[in-house]
Amino acid sequence: MRRSLLAILFFVSLVAIWSAIVRGQIWSPVLLPSPLSVWNYVLSAGRDGTLFSASIVTLRRLLSGYAIGLAIGLPLGLLTASSTFVEDTIGVLALGLQTLPSVCWVPLALLWFGQTESAMLFVVIMGTVWSVVIATDTGVRTIPPIYARAARTMGSRPFHKWTRVILPASLPYLVSGMKQGWAFAWRSLMAAEIYVTILTGFGLGHLLHYGRELNAMDQVIGIMLVIIVIGLLADKILFSPWERFLHRRWGTGKR
Amino acid sequence: MSLQEELQGPPPAKLIVEHVSKWFRQKRQTVHALDDISLEVAEGEFIVIVGPSGCGKSTLLDIIAGLEKPDKGQVMADNQPVLNPGRHRLVMFQESALFPWLNAFGNVMFGLKLKPGLRNSERREVAKFFLHLVGLEKFMEANVHELSGGMKQRVALARALAPNPRVLLMDEPFAALDAMTREQLYGDIQRIWEKRRKTIIFVTHNVREAACLADRVMIMSPTPGRIREVFEVTLPRPRDFNSIQIAQHASKLTAALKGHAEHDAVTNA
Repeated sequence: MRRSLLAILFFVSLVAIWSAIVRGQIWSPVLLPSPLSVWNYVLSAGRDGTLFSASIVTLRRLLSGYAIGLAIGLPLGLLTASSTFVEDTIGVLALGLQTLPSVCWVPLALLWFGQTESAMLFVVIMGTVWSVVIATDTGVRTIPPIYARAARTMGSRPFHKWTRVILPASLPYLVSGMKQGWAFAWRSLMAAEIYVTILTGFGLGHLLHYGRELNAMDQVIGIMLVIIVIGLLADKILFSPWERFLHRRWGTGKR
Repeated sequence: MSLQEELQGPPPAKLIVEHVSKWFRQKRQTVHALDDISLEVAEGEFIVIVGPSGCGKSTLLDIIAGLEKPDKGQVMADNQPVLNPGRHRLVMFQESALFPWLNAFGNVMFGLKLKPGLRNSERREVAKFFLHLVGLEKFMEANVHELSGGMKQRVALARALAPNPRVLLMDEPFAALDAMTREQLYGDIQRIWEKRRKTIIFVTHNVREAACLADRVMIMSPTPGRIREVFEVTLPRPRDFNSIQIAQHASKLTAALKGHAEHDAVTNA
């Protein structure tokens, strides 16, 4: 109770400072709109459905790209951790590509796929896959070998060992890798939507882009806030249950 | 197999280690870990292997478990050569090898789920029975990190006993525990052994532990690991860890260990 009150107080005072700065007329209201005008934009965009449909378009791209990225990245990470050949080839490739900012994939995706959904999907997948590979690989390598030994004496065969021992044992790393992958997917998608105009659907990134074109700062800030809120919600909905499970089982996360 | 048999029947077991040798090849040198180890374990016998650290006793246990392969010789369990690890020879490790992603009950169920021919309701019964046997019926839902060191090893014991292995291999299972907890567990293990009559091979560097638990004590010496001497301990059970007889046996074992160490120092010099 006390914690949530303090948190609310913090955010209320943030908005208060913001509106005080606007009242002080230090910057032109074109550059810094008042909280109220941003709120009004969000309300009206919410009412006429643009916000909703843009969020759906964006989330659809994000979730499908993320899911594919996980489906590729997890097995690849398991492979790099178990075979020296894959480690020396795919592992090195993953390490290199992970350092490449995902925006860098946009020009390539445009030339390969044109201004299509495929280009979007490609950028999101490239943003996700490599960090998931690296996290899975690290996770598997960090497990105490005694778990696998114990499982083998109980009659665990390779497939059973991988699915029932290695995967759950590396769960703490997997979840943080999946979280990182999610953040990278989100970032790469926003970059792609801002740079790539495609006709099959306007996402939040496009709304942001048009806000800039129209000099509509209330729209720019409003959309940014929506993006932040979606990111927060996704974190709470997708990852919090896992993290709570990990903390309970492993006894971590206590202060 | 019926539930009744699962909970009661002592399975027949006999284990023969035949002329087992093992070398570990490292970058600069080859370490001769085990040299011509032979050993016969009767069914229901409690064997303790004592030796200083680095004498290869854990390696021997790994070979018997099937986790390592001998370079020479072989291990026969029930007239079958041991080629792979399997649930007939379960290992209880020194450090807690409990799985942190499962609770106490889930850990005991892990091995049972790998055992065919049981219904799931029977598996749950068996798991409960063994958690009860080690005195942890109130901690079935507990997470691993919530258990004390002694409780963890009790769960590990229940996990190793539950699939009803023919041989239980214990690799210094109590080495990391404090003295009080350890003494309690000596009582427990003797009580459970009386009840279940498992064939047990127990590895330790603690001579008193050896005297307290064993039917036969094998004295091992390092580089290369050899069995140097065998002692029979015929004291009645349950044995009190702090009794004078145990202390007397322990000092005999210590003298033997020291004797071999001195002899080796002279011959190696």
